[in-house]
Amino acid sequence: MATAEVTAPAGHGEGHGHVTNTGLSNEKLAMWTFLGSECLLFGALISAYFLYRGRSATGPTPEDIYDIPYTSVSSFVLLMSSLTMVLALAAIQRGDHRRLRVWLMATALLGASFIAGQVYEFTSFIREGLTIRTNLFGSSFYVLTGFHGVHVTLGIVMLLSLWNLSLRGKLPQSRSEVVEIAGLYWHFVDVVWIVIFTVIYLIPS
Amino acid sequence: MTTVLEPAAVPEAGARPDTTILRRPTDAKGIWSWMTTVDHKRIGILYGVTAFVFFILGGVEALLMRLQLARPNGTVLSADAYNQLFTMHGTTMVFLVIMPMSAAFFNYLAPLQIGARDVAFPRLNAFSYWAFLFGGIFLYSSFFLGGAPNGGWFGYAPNTSITYSPGHNIDFWVFGLQILGIASTVGAVNLIVTILNMRAPGMTLMRMPVFTWMTLVSSFLILFAMPIITVALFLLMFDRNFGANFFNPAAGGDPLLWQHLFWLFGHPEVYILILPAMGMVSEILPVFARKPLFGYPVIVFSGIAIGFMGWGVWVHHMFAVGLGPVAVSAFSISTMFIAVPTGVKIFNWLGTVWKGSIKFSTPMLFAMGFIAMFTIGGLSGVTHSVSPHDRQQTDTYYVVAHFHYVLFGGALFGIMGGLYYWWPKVFGYLLDEKLGKLNFWTWFVGFNLTFAPMHWLGLQGMPRRIYTYDESLGLNFLNMVATVGSFVIAASTMVFIYNIWWSARRRTGLSAPDDPWDARTLEWATSSPPPDYNFATQPVAHSVDTFWHEKYSEDDEGRPVRRQPAEAASTAVAVADGGGDGDADGDRAAGPARAPTAAELGIHMPSPSYYPIVAALGIPIICYGMLYGRDSGSNYVVAVIGALVLFGAIYGWGMEPSAEPEEDHDDHGGEHQPALVGGDPAELEAGAAEGAAAAGGGNGDGAPSSDGGDGGDGGDEGAGDGDGDGKEA
Repeated sequence: MATAEVTAPAGHGEGHGHVTNTGLSNEKLAMWTFLGSECLLFGALISAYFLYRGRSATGPTPEDIYDIPYTSVSSFVLLMSSLTMVLALAAIQRGDHRRLRVWLMATALLGASFIAGQVYEFTSFIREGLTIRTNLFGSSFYVLTGFHGVHVTLGIVMLLSLWNLSLRGKLPQSRSEVVEIAGLYWHFVDVVWIVIFTVIYLIPS
Repeated sequence: MTTVLEPAAVPEAGARPDTTILRRPTDAKGIWSWMTTVDHKRIGILYGVTAFVFFILGGVEALLMRLQLARPNGTVLSADAYNQLFTMHGTTMVFLVIMPMSAAFFNYLAPLQIGARDVAFPRLNAFSYWAFLFGGIFLYSSFFLGGAPNGGWFGYAPNTSITYSPGHNIDFWVFGLQILGIASTVGAVNLIVTILNMRAPGMTLMRMPVFTWMTLVSSFLILFAMPIITVALFLLMFDRNFGANFFNPAAGGDPLLWQHLFWLFGHPEVYILILPAMGMVSEILPVFARKPLFGYPVIVFSGIAIGFMGWGVWVHHMFAVGLGPVAVSAFSISTMFIAVPTGVKIFNWLGTVWKGSIKFSTPMLFAMGFIAMFTIGGLSGVTHSVSPHDRQQTDTYYVVAHFHYVLFGGALFGIMGGLYYWWPKVFGYLLDEKLGKLNFWTWFVGFNLTFAPMHWLGLQGMPRRIYTYDESLGLNFLNMVATVGSFVIAASTMVFIYNIWWSARRRTGLSAPDDPWDARTLEWATSSPPPDYNFATQPVAHSVDTFWHEKYSEDDEGRPVRRQPAEAASTAVAVADGGGDGDADGDRAAGPARAPTAAELGIHMPSPSYYPIVAALGIPIICYGMLYGRDSGSNYVVAVIGALVLFGAIYGWGMEPSAEPEEDHDDHGGEHQPALVGGDPAELEAGAAEGAAAAGGGNGDGAPSSDGGDGGDGGDEGAGDGDGDGKEA
């Protein structure tokens, strides 16, 4: 978890200058590396979805069940959270801790709204007769979007932890990189959603 | 000089962080010190010992199978037991032996070879190890809980779906591999960051030892390959636990999805297994041929090329599936192509030993054995790339022979060479040469007796994974030879264990100097075994094989000439520690009798922690909960408890600083780490006095810290020498 390691000065007797060979701090490089791994995770899930597109033996099919305007709105909410994330980082970089907390909380709430939307969407799909057991579409849809939802949820936990740290005065300006690293994760999750939204909702099968 | 605060620092109360769940472990010896260690060297040893235990277990499984197959219509094992044994043998040797044995070398050596004090994230490193250990125990607990996995190490769906494998066997495999995947991925992130970010001054990428290079390439392969099998295992888990249809043919599920995902992971995995051994061999050959590695950049780039091309050949595991001529031809060609960088490496190794003054010590024997055996395995691999040929060989013992020549003849020969080569560095004593040579020759003969006959058995049509064969098939003699060979390997392993025991008893006679082999890389520049901080002074790299060039200069004809100790020392300790606090005199050759502790040197090392092992413990609890939750009507309470353990530990971990602050630590960077000085007491005292002065200032204002939660409890615990001085001041 990013917030776990970023509190850790590497402790190598080299002081805190973090003079690294790449110029990136260890924590930030680790996050980039981890996100590289995540690309393959989502890549494999999206491939599985693609493979099974239009191959379900029974309905309901995506055309029967998708509510694209609704999902577009919740996608918009998630994308806006990237904007508030950027504002949070800008706030801590200029030492404005109150605005940092405002924007962190805004980001977390926008993310939570997206998750609430996903819960509603899943519930209504299940009422319309699509479960993970129903057909190939149901299996691949729920697993792919569910994995993304879990990632957003972990991101929300991260944001709330940062908010809490800041409230207790443990997130000084000098550690703004923590917010930046959490932001990297958050933006990644958003970008993945753009891909998922495009390939599973917008491209007709 | 100690009262300077960064303007943005938030003063903390002097009390320790109120969020601590578990106190900081303080044991320096005994079992708790090992369970809470974050020292990369100790973690490396833990990896090695654990992997060796699993090697014995996997070996016993193999011996049982060979006993069953020694004679036609064998009755030692039932068909079901045989299925469990070959599944666990493959899974064990890949995930619990070769990968963690490589991880042992990665962890121990990579930081030493790049001149670092530890890995980038010491606690994550401990977490990786514990997750690996618990994953292995989880897998093996299946033997006592209703039967081990029995679907092959590749676990082809839908054979592994709940319809065809209703027991828990496959569940143990699915969840066990998931745990091991977490361990490897976390470890890979850690090593990549360490190698990219923490190299000593002057240690450019193209001056890194080849082993470190191969560590980097393997880590990238792990990083990108593991998520793919993670997805495959998740899909299978959703099928088995929640009734999804990914591999359910009745709902249109496609068995090919599993095969593609598995082999897209599985083929890079092959290179994850072999590249570390290639790195070890590339370290051993130049030392015992007393020549520089021939074509260092070419070897490095071949390793990188293998890393890339390894992603484009996976379909050769599926030639018999029926993917059509275009796909098969394309992957045939790419598979032939990947033999090129491999061949380049082999010729470079030959070039390295060519006309060298070769010394056939045990590590060298294993390294030479590696080249020969791996070449045979590589050539039989090329025969697989010819798809018509491959159709004849698929699922026969020829394939078994092939991959044992690369994984045993390659990876395990390399690892054995590495063990003999680095043993004195790690444990401070040499392994006996006579026993070592006996170990090598029995190993070599036993290996070839076991696996060479399998080529013929395969070409005669003996299929893999059968538990009996009929007397009339003409397979009797070669099977008996293979069984005899496998027991020769077992005897050889006993020789190795005996050698460890015998040499340890005689360790005073065999105690190792810092540089017993006259080696070339930085790990030999420190003591044997190295102190917990690795290097007292920050090493500086001036070239490839920088340690060699500190020891030798060249005469007019390019022959190495040993430098005089004084001369050597002056180059060796030309130190600049980033902050410019280096000190340039001191003589490493005439080091102190007792190595000074990190605290005496003012080196700030990460502190041990309970959280990694607790966090890792949460994961198998989740898995047992998932596994048995299905039986109890989707009652996943235990899994939730495991998740709470995991997240609680991660939370405590996040709130715990990685190193207990010492008084002079946080605010002033490297300002007064006393520069090291091979044991000059005056200098040391000066350093301690400086630290004490710093401590006085620090304690006075509650050790305010730019790191927020980190500050605060300086001097409360872990009182080393420096701490004591600080309080007095």
